[in-house]
Amino acid sequence: METNQSENQVSISDSQAIEEALNESTNPDFQVIRDQFPILRRNINGHPLVYLDSAASSQKPLRVLERIDRYLREQHANVHRGVHSLSIEATDAYEEARNTIAVHVGAADSSEIVFTRGTTESINLVASSWGDTFVKEGDEIILTKMEHHSNIVPWQILAERTGARLNYVDVTADGRLDMNDLDRLLERRPKLVSFTHVSNGMGTLNPVIDIVERAHAVGALTLIDGAQAAPHLQINVEELGCDFYAFSAHKMCGPTGVGALWGRRDLFEIMPPYQSGGEMISEVTLEGSRWAEVPHKFEAGTPNISGVVGFGEAVQFLNDVGLDTIAVHENSLKKYALERLTAVEGLTLYGPREERTSVFSFTYGDIHPHDLSTILDQNGIAIRAGHHCNQPLMDHFGISATARASFYLYNTHNEVDALCEGLQMAAKVFGGIA
Amino acid sequence: MTDPQNPARTDREIPSTLNTLYRELILDHYRKPRNKRALDDATHAITMNNPLCGDVIELLLRVEDGRIAEACFLGRGCSISQASASMLTGRVRNKTPEEVLELSKKFTQLLHGDESLLSDSDLGDLRALAGVSKFPVRIKCALLGWNCLDELTEGEVLPAESP
Ligand SMILES: Cc1ncc(COP(=O)(O)O)c(C=O)c1O
Repeated sequence: METNQSENQVSISDSQAIEEALNESTNPDFQVIRDQFPILRRNINGHPLVYLDSAASSQKPLRVLERIDRYLREQHANVHRGVHSLSIEATDAYEEARNTIAVHVGAADSSEIVFTRGTTESINLVASSWGDTFVKEGDEIILTKMEHHSNIVPWQILAERTGARLNYVDVTADGRLDMNDLDRLLERRPKLVSFTHVSNGMGTLNPVIDIVERAHAVGALTLIDGAQAAPHLQINVEELGCDFYAFSAHKMCGPTGVGALWGRRDLFEIMPPYQSGGEMISEVTLEGSRWAEVPHKFEAGTPNISGVVGFGEAVQFLNDVGLDTIAVHENSLKKYALERLTAVEGLTLYGPREERTSVFSFTYGDIHPHDLSTILDQNGIAIRAGHHCNQPLMDHFGISATARASFYLYNTHNEVDALCEGLQMAAKVFGGIA
Repeated sequence: MTDPQNPARTDREIPSTLNTLYRELILDHYRKPRNKRALDDATHAITMNNPLCGDVIELLLRVEDGRIAEACFLGRGCSISQASASMLTGRVRNKTPEEVLELSKKFTQLLHGDESLLSDSDLGDLRALAGVSKFPVRIKCALLGWNCLDELTEGEVLPAESP
């Protein structure tokens, strides 16, 4: 963590890339993408919306909105239940989305995708179903100090229920995982290592393949929280080698209230149902029930069908734009934002310079992040202020909150400038920064 | 383009809503908080936080003969929560629990936009926080210290002599 660092000089080729990307206003390909997001045409407090809070939730492209609308207008019925044509159509749309998402993350089979309400529920599913079955008193689970609360609290509750013990991998001063600390904790032969792919608090991109290999070497299973990674990176669970991967639709251009858990089929087979009721059984008698096949045994009750259909469309949208195209654009934004933000006097940026995504957590002089957010909002700029469900990480840095600006495929270099101008406005409101 | 070397240099006008929120008096209390220290002979203390943002305020009171002889606070948070707590410690001195409750009610009404209270001298400096009414999400910030006070008075803890 350095203040006001300006060593991030851009090389000539970088500045060329920036030059090109700066032409967003004239680049027709980019405009086509941005125009897909009607909300970005809004004015907020008299200024054009500058939406820099995609790490909390992304905006939705028209084709996702239209797909959900068409499903509800023309195709809706309950799934997996009816013999009638509409129910079959709805079931097909639902299962097609499962297939799209399975292919997208490189799953061996679509039955390895369980639909949930989002990352939080995906992690809870593993903590309850796998955890209650396989975790015993004295067992250890490794988490990290940069986890979102949703990858901490379910394990704390499991630990309380079972008498298991949690250990947290330390974070370095520049916001990376301390791999030596990981190795030290792995010597204790944990049952599971559950960690985030990308930190929502700092944008750190963790060396996931390396972590999975080290965990497997001592016989631990691995769960990756992909909430902040799946929107930006091409995920391939085979290459990652992990055992579970959790992600949310709403951060990747899809609707809220839906997400997925990818899990290895053999693990899903031996895990008991998570919730119980309809949809997840194959036979119920008054004496007992038999569970449905994977993945249905984990999807009790009528699912969020329209949400799942929208999720599938969102993933197709990302594929059609191309995650590599998105990465080029985001890398250019990231470089430019790093260059501009590190040049702001009094600004402290958290997290590493390399191996990161375009999530920027910072503090600015003695201006509290809340005040910063209020002032930016009056200029139409939406950022997040607070602890970002990352309190252990904030404690680690001895702060209570940061301001966080996060970028996505639809953001522009001009919006980086707008952010920096907003910061100047904040300094002006506060009569300079201290 | 902006000039990164000069933080406060922007040609843009500060929107008037921001000027009414961040009055000089508020920034002054934020940067130079009054009575922000431990109170060794406190008879009452309570800590409250805003779980949404992690702001924390600990309010410490010394009550003598049924009146607040001294009020101090500790904690961290945004300019609004800190300035409000700082002003609070000045306004509640020598007040009885009933008077404090009355003041707290009036202040809450002010934050909810009751402009008739702008001429209420009992509120004193606190009236500088009236601009918060235009920012409903920030009302919680302004009330954090007062929630501590309400908790102490409504819990009828206040009249007691010792902690
Ligand atoms: C890293 C990380 N994990 C988990 C979550 C929780 O995701 P959801 O709220 O969609 O369940 C988030 C969302 O903020 C996140 O950023």
